[in-house]
Amino acid sequence: MDILYFLVQQTMFFSIPLLIVALGGLFSERSGVVNIALDGIMIMGAFCGIFLINQLQDRMSGQGLLALAILVSMLSGMIFSLLHAYAAINLKSDQVISGTALNMFAPAFAIYAARTLQPTGVQQVVFENTFRIKSVPVLGDIPVLGNLLFQNCYITTYLGLLILIVATVVLYKTRFGLRLRACGEHPQAADSVGINVYRMRYAGVLISGALGGLGGLVFVIPTSTNFNATVAGYGFLALAVLIFGQWRPVRVLLAAFFFGLMKTLASAYSGIPLLVQLNIPSDFYKMFPYVATLVVLAFTSKNSQAPKASGVPYDKGSR
Amino acid sequence: MRKLLESKGLSSVAASLIAIVVGLLFGVAILAVTDASNAIPGLGIILAGGFTGGMKGLGQVLYFATPIIMTGLSVGFANKTGLFNIGAAGQFIVGAFAAVYVGVHWTFLPAGLHWPVAILMAALAGGLWGLVPGLFKALLNVNEVISSIMMNYIGMYGVNYLVKQTVYNQLKNESANVATTAVIPKMGLDNIFYNLRGESYHDVSSVNGGILIAIALAIVLYILLNKTTFGYELKACGYNRFASQYAGINEKRSIVLSMVIAGMLAGIGGALLYLAPASGKHIMVVDKLATEGFNGIPVALLGMNNPIGVIFAGIFISYITIGGNYLQTLQYMPEVIDIIIAAIIYFSAFSLLVRQFFAMRAQRRRVASETEGEKGEA
Repeated sequence: MDILYFLVQQTMFFSIPLLIVALGGLFSERSGVVNIALDGIMIMGAFCGIFLINQLQDRMSGQGLLALAILVSMLSGMIFSLLHAYAAINLKSDQVISGTALNMFAPAFAIYAARTLQPTGVQQVVFENTFRIKSVPVLGDIPVLGNLLFQNCYITTYLGLLILIVATVVLYKTRFGLRLRACGEHPQAADSVGINVYRMRYAGVLISGALGGLGGLVFVIPTSTNFNATVAGYGFLALAVLIFGQWRPVRVLLAAFFFGLMKTLASAYSGIPLLVQLNIPSDFYKMFPYVATLVVLAFTSKNSQAPKASGVPYDKGSR
Repeated sequence: MRKLLESKGLSSVAASLIAIVVGLLFGVAILAVTDASNAIPGLGIILAGGFTGGMKGLGQVLYFATPIIMTGLSVGFANKTGLFNIGAAGQFIVGAFAAVYVGVHWTFLPAGLHWPVAILMAALAGGLWGLVPGLFKALLNVNEVISSIMMNYIGMYGVNYLVKQTVYNQLKNESANVATTAVIPKMGLDNIFYNLRGESYHDVSSVNGGILIAIALAIVLYILLNKTTFGYELKACGYNRFASQYAGINEKRSIVLSMVIAGMLAGIGGALLYLAPASGKHIMVVDKLATEGFNGIPVALLGMNNPIGVIFAGIFISYITIGGNYLQTLQYMPEVIDIIIAAIIYFSAFSLLVRQFFAMRAQRRRVASETEGEKGEA
């Protein structure tokens, strides 16, 4: 039973950042802008958030500091994504170009800034993890369920699930969501009924920036004690999860959990007697999440639901 | 002459140059924020780039340019067919492994044939890694971006396993040395790129025939894309998949072949980097995707997906990267070069604006000269 609890807790650490970032990408793509810069945005958000924790941890700790870091990482991700929005929307440039530029900029900037700003001159930004909740009051005492979901957890896990609910509601139950989706499917039609396509697309990209930045922070905090200018390619994996989830929030959640579980099995198999007995080399376990995703995709992609105008710059004059 | 000036090619070169200048200025601004007094000498070091190391330094520029030219060609070629090959990292590393495996074990091959066979096997392995996303896209409608990302990781972990099983140097946690017959020959470049030490000691650069192979392949690709029916079909698919299908082009075949060729190019890049002497590069067993693969993307973008442009872009990026290493003499971090490259790529996104500006000016001049002509007649 302990193994099961451990697996579920670990799966959360891998899945939640993927979920948050993929939902960010979802808003961007649903508004019609491909955001390949998610990896860079994650790095930027993680850097700003972790650096803040590093600077303030002598004076603050616990959930208050985490909340502040969350705000900072969201804000920094948002500001950073403005660059992508400007190139993709105003300049109508190839969206892969500015995305690639952001992906290149973020890790270089994080290393450069860390080495310049820290007196030690190293690129790692260390932080003390004071954010883990041993057990949520009341809820943590529930048998089984409490063990699974409310022990050894982070506030960010619940934030991620909250974002999923809010995203679903916003996307499908509000005027804003409908307009956003219209801009990703047929911007000319949206424009003809008076929707400001540029503004909606800015909104989409900025939301993806905020969630991407948050996702970076959420990824680093449970899995490490320092930030080394990388999020291990999770931005690209989130992109994969988004496509895997067919641009729909609930399916994105399932995709993120599927991938997170595979990833957990790959990294924690040595603690599971049954898997150790199989005597498979560790590299194959590490490969497994990616092979599994590929196989699942082969069976589910025949009818892709990609937003029709995603990646196409909107030009008022074109037909 | 005037026609040449107004041609699309020239205005896109102008756009790239403007992007480079703005990117460099941005880099200087970063240097100035860090330490204002040294910013201008810093710019001098970046611009001096590979020249700082003399002829050997220039050789190093070409040596480090070789793999990113190959991955740049890979990304650019797929782009021409409307595919985004983000999988160059995986194709690169499986190619590297295939080449090293042949280099270590196939010593029965005659001397002159050993390294070409190793490169060929690398191309096959890379092509196989490109084939999977190609087939998935053509037959199963799987987005090539996601399948390529998955293939990157599968390739990396697979190669880590295979290196440990077949060509392992446990002491250094990397691949073993390849046989001397498998090392890519210098092809005379050692007589050009060296620094003279003392009376007659030649301090030779690591550059080898790989750069010549890369340039030759770029030219072949240029001809393939611009002078053959096959290349035309590939490009047509890139412009409009459905229109080309209607015109009788087998677009599924084009997608698969384009990904296979892109994979082969990246795979060859792996061979060109790792078929090196004992003192050179070895495949490290680490859980990290090959950076050369991702660096192919900015190279392709800066070269505007044109094979010839990619050669220059690769050399340029290698050149300023080496300049960046010398920046440490002024206490600057070399990462500023990556920031500059990122800024250049970003500003190249503005190229549309520049091109429009050129087009508008050309048109205004044409209108002006026409009205003048009419006045003359009247």
